[in-house]
Amino acid sequence: MTTVQSQAPVVLARCADLPRLPAAEFTRTLAQRVGAGARLLTYYGRPGDAEDEVTLTAALIDAGGLHLLRGVAVRDHSVYAITKDLPQFQAYEREIHEQHGLGFPGHPWLKPLRFEGKNLGRMDDYGFYQIDGKEVHEVNVGPIHAGVIEPGCFRFSCHGEVVYHLEIHNGYQHRGVEQLLLQRPLGHLPALVERIAGDSSIAYAWSHARAIEALAGVEVPDEVELIRGVALELERIAVHLGSLSGLLNDIGFLQGSATYGRIRTAAINASMRACGSRFGRDWLRPGGVRAGITPALVADLQKTLRELATDVGECNALTIESRTVQHRFKGAGIVTTDEAREIGLVGMHARTSGIDMDMRTILPGRAFLEHQITSVIESTGDCWARMMLRIREIDESLKWIFGVFKRHAELPRSRAAITALAPDSLAIAVTEGWRGPIVHAIETDAAGKLRHYKVQDPSLLNWFGLALAVRNNEISDFPICNKSFDLSYAGNDL
Amino acid sequence: MLHSIRVRRSQGWQFIPDVRKADPKGFRGLPHVSAVPCAEGCAACRDVCPTGAIALEPFRLDLGLCIFCGECADVCPQQKIEFTSDYKMAALNPADLICLDGAKTMTPVTANATFKKLFGRSLKLRQVSAGGCNGCELELNAAANVNFDMGRWGIDWVASPRHADGLVLSGPVTVNMAKALRLAWDGIPAPKLVIAVGACAISGAPYQDSPVIDRSFLGEFTPQLYVPGCPPHPLTFVNGLLDLLGVAK
Repeated sequence: MTTVQSQAPVVLARCADLPRLPAAEFTRTLAQRVGAGARLLTYYGRPGDAEDEVTLTAALIDAGGLHLLRGVAVRDHSVYAITKDLPQFQAYEREIHEQHGLGFPGHPWLKPLRFEGKNLGRMDDYGFYQIDGKEVHEVNVGPIHAGVIEPGCFRFSCHGEVVYHLEIHNGYQHRGVEQLLLQRPLGHLPALVERIAGDSSIAYAWSHARAIEALAGVEVPDEVELIRGVALELERIAVHLGSLSGLLNDIGFLQGSATYGRIRTAAINASMRACGSRFGRDWLRPGGVRAGITPALVADLQKTLRELATDVGECNALTIESRTVQHRFKGAGIVTTDEAREIGLVGMHARTSGIDMDMRTILPGRAFLEHQITSVIESTGDCWARMMLRIREIDESLKWIFGVFKRHAELPRSRAAITALAPDSLAIAVTEGWRGPIVHAIETDAAGKLRHYKVQDPSLLNWFGLALAVRNNEISDFPICNKSFDLSYAGNDL
Repeated sequence: MLHSIRVRRSQGWQFIPDVRKADPKGFRGLPHVSAVPCAEGCAACRDVCPTGAIALEPFRLDLGLCIFCGECADVCPQQKIEFTSDYKMAALNPADLICLDGAKTMTPVTANATFKKLFGRSLKLRQVSAGGCNGCELELNAAANVNFDMGRWGIDWVASPRHADGLVLSGPVTVNMAKALRLAWDGIPAPKLVIAVGACAISGAPYQDSPVIDRSFLGEFTPQLYVPGCPPHPLTFVNGLLDLLGVAK
């Protein structure tokens, strides 16, 4: 096991220094450590060093920071299914099964995660989970949904209006991202990374940059880290505003919807003035940033965000006091703290179920160490909590940005060249995007070329949270449950 | 109720009165390519481009492949490429998306008499994301918000293909989505149109070389409008549509 500085959101190790545990010992150690309270950040496989091997890697967070654990399994053989003891492993084991063919006997259901590899194109062959009973009926929604939104398929088993079970069938967005990342020159990767889940471009770009910089041995100036922090919080503010607008649209509270929607325009236009893109694309790069924050831009952002804060405050008060909003959101789509912990929810969806889990406070890195941010927790786990958390996080992000500008009249641009990456090394980096932790794991070969790239969106784990949230709710509340989760299809499907 | 009216008053009017003359400050839009010759043997712009949008000798920049990252402008020693905030970039065919050496303007989208007659006062669109990253989808949603408000020209998103006059495609078209896209298209009653939105839908970029995309739909049905960008600005989309429909200025 290898550790770097305990609060860094990135861990770097030479592969030769990582003990390669036999699969049985690896899974036993991993299960013990997670069972004893370590947080599982990621667990994935890659083609092994020998033809018939699969290398397993897990990253864990405990009080000492980020740790790596590595094991070796034999291709097409079976590995102990930790899901049996700890359900939070379910998606990881399904992914390893789909990507590398390992069996996990006793896993309740190794359902395809994104229909890649041998499952490609077999969307129709798939048999949905069925509930028998004369009065049980199924409702299918998707893959194309009513709104302007990404595709994914939902199948409900209902009794009257009540949802017994929701099965989520993703994979329609699978573009082969992880494979493409290995085929392209290093300098072309950031643009692709920003377009994996396009509503989280900044968080993706930052995780990528953190991992590449660790491998290249480049340390960027503090100012660059702060620019990235400002970009990340602008992204969070903008997307939360958009989600609030969508949520209120789904219950017909149109004034709130229209108002949050137009305030979002002000937020993303601020990003555009900073970097040329309303989504902050092509702003961050490994080694630095392409645009600094000049004194004029500081003044512009302060003015824009002060006005935004006033407008948001007005709309918040209108929304929170509205009885129709309270009636529709309170008590709808509950995920309890125990359930959230059991299935390993991460990011904002863990926090709305009362779990204090925010990478900006757990592994803050320099930006969030110098200027700390308060993690927002809501305990009720319902649609109301998911609305309130967004409202409160917007305030915290604004406070954080104002705090940075109080101490920095400008944040100059800088960008160091990335020339070579350390050979035979593994870097795993994480950034708390607006949904939750975005994990990038990059491994190099003996020549310092990329040999493996693993991308993990919080949606991978949190889709299951939506499935639990709608159980025993009316099917008519599904749209608000879904919108309140606002998960990424593209980020899951890669 | 009073509170609602107070908020309404304080928010005021937010729509952009003239979408043809908006000023999206800072937007990295239409590149202007000057006639300055390239430095001897220099291929920096072509090499840095992540989607292969640039060819040299002679210089060509294809906006159908371009994701508007602006890296080419950064590396050019001759400062030959300059991205402007011009958002009028939609085109009737892919050839019009190519910026040549010294070219400064886009070929304007001309009105289609049939579409003007059929859809000039009401155009209902079904959007299908087939591998889109949610960037195009968010900007297309924004085209209908209170700022851009395309509904004022009778242009709206609809849920059912049966209610639609056209399909707005985003994403490179994944193998896993190819069939659903085809079903949605077949569900739209003729006469109907296809609009390709974003670099992915137009050319597949940045997923053009992915083995898990299937672009046969676009081989079969040629779009009537191409809206470049990554994602396109709502103004690019709305202006392209208004021009295609010949909506009076």
